[in-house]
Amino acid sequence: MGETSLLSIFITALLIQNVALYYLLGMCPFVALSRSLTTAFGMGAAVIFVVTLTSSANWAIYQVLEATGSQIIQYIVFIIVIAACVQLVEMIMERFFPALQASFGIFLPLITVNCTVLFISLKVTTVDNLSYIQAVVYSISAAIGFWLAMIMVAAIYEKLDLIGKVPKGLQGPGIIMIITGIIALAFMGFSGMV
Amino acid sequence: MNLKEIFGKKGAKTIKNGIWREHPISSATLGICSALAISNKVENAIAMSAGVIFVLILTAIIISLLRKIIPSRVRIIIYMITIASGVTIVDLALKAYWPTVSEAMGPYVPLIITNCIIMGRAEAFFVQNPPKLALIDALANGLAYTYTLMAIAIFREIFAFGTLLGVKITPAGWVDWVVLAAPAGAFFVLGVFLWITRTLAGVEPPGKG
Repeated sequence: MGETSLLSIFITALLIQNVALYYLLGMCPFVALSRSLTTAFGMGAAVIFVVTLTSSANWAIYQVLEATGSQIIQYIVFIIVIAACVQLVEMIMERFFPALQASFGIFLPLITVNCTVLFISLKVTTVDNLSYIQAVVYSISAAIGFWLAMIMVAAIYEKLDLIGKVPKGLQGPGIIMIITGIIALAFMGFSGMV
Repeated sequence: MNLKEIFGKKGAKTIKNGIWREHPISSATLGICSALAISNKVENAIAMSAGVIFVLILTAIIISLLRKIIPSRVRIIIYMITIASGVTIVDLALKAYWPTVSEAMGPYVPLIITNCIIMGRAEAFFVQNPPKLALIDALANGLAYTYTLMAIAIFREIFAFGTLLGVKITPAGWVDWVVLAAPAGAFFVLGVFLWITRTLAGVEPPGKG
């Protein structure tokens, strides 16, 4: 992806190869938090922040690892950087936005095990070998894509919940999967745009 | 011979919980990312399950042996390092012995690190129980993960490509259901799968999140 323009990276990451709908990543928090629009909104925003922070840090670290020929420990290093960043965000939120923190509950520490975060770090380094500015643009747009998919599903789920005619076994994760499937189908229409 | 005689009362309960009652994918909705992403070919599903079981067992042994030493403040980091080391082993092994599958799975192999099943079991079970029980729990959860992944993968491969493990099995004139091979198909299949298992297991629908 050496000469790809930043705009096409943006559109690809946001719409065509959306992390949630194309790569099917980050589904645990996706399913758990898509039941309410406010929580989905907040979680999505936290993901955008963490992803941008971690993947730019990991990009720089990967250059060092590559230069010293120690890529073998890259997974361990990446995951530690991510865990540290999440810890940082948690502390900041606890101090300044306690209400938001209370509504995330257990899921903030779980950003650490959100596959999206690790995936984007891997994608900008080993998989695509992007330059620094491309890596930052890719991370931000992919994270926005995740946030977008999440609030779309949450909005539809809230409306469905008001009607309340979903079969019992399908309620919760089941119906969220079906809604996401329909949105993913719609997003397939974007392929070929770039 | 029943389970209680072999594994003792607690062991039998652990197995039952892991495989059916607290099934990681359908009841706790953990680890769905890989269940969705990797389940379009049976071959990939086998490699993925083997990887996850290996890492689960490794984590179970290490975490349960160290459970009295690990300070609770840094336990998450310890889980991560253990899991990441296990995944590095799996990744290198796949690259060496099974390069085609490694190629097909691409970045999904390192993503075993963030498979919430392993992390979730480490936090909920391995860190509080002796190695024997932890090992049984790891096997039960790994098995539950495997059969789910297999069920979805077999269904998707047959209907989307008309093949099973790469062998053509559908009659001539079969039209592939292309949508099942696409990401959207994965969501539909898993949605229906969750519907069936949750109805059968009688899982209560969640309250408003």
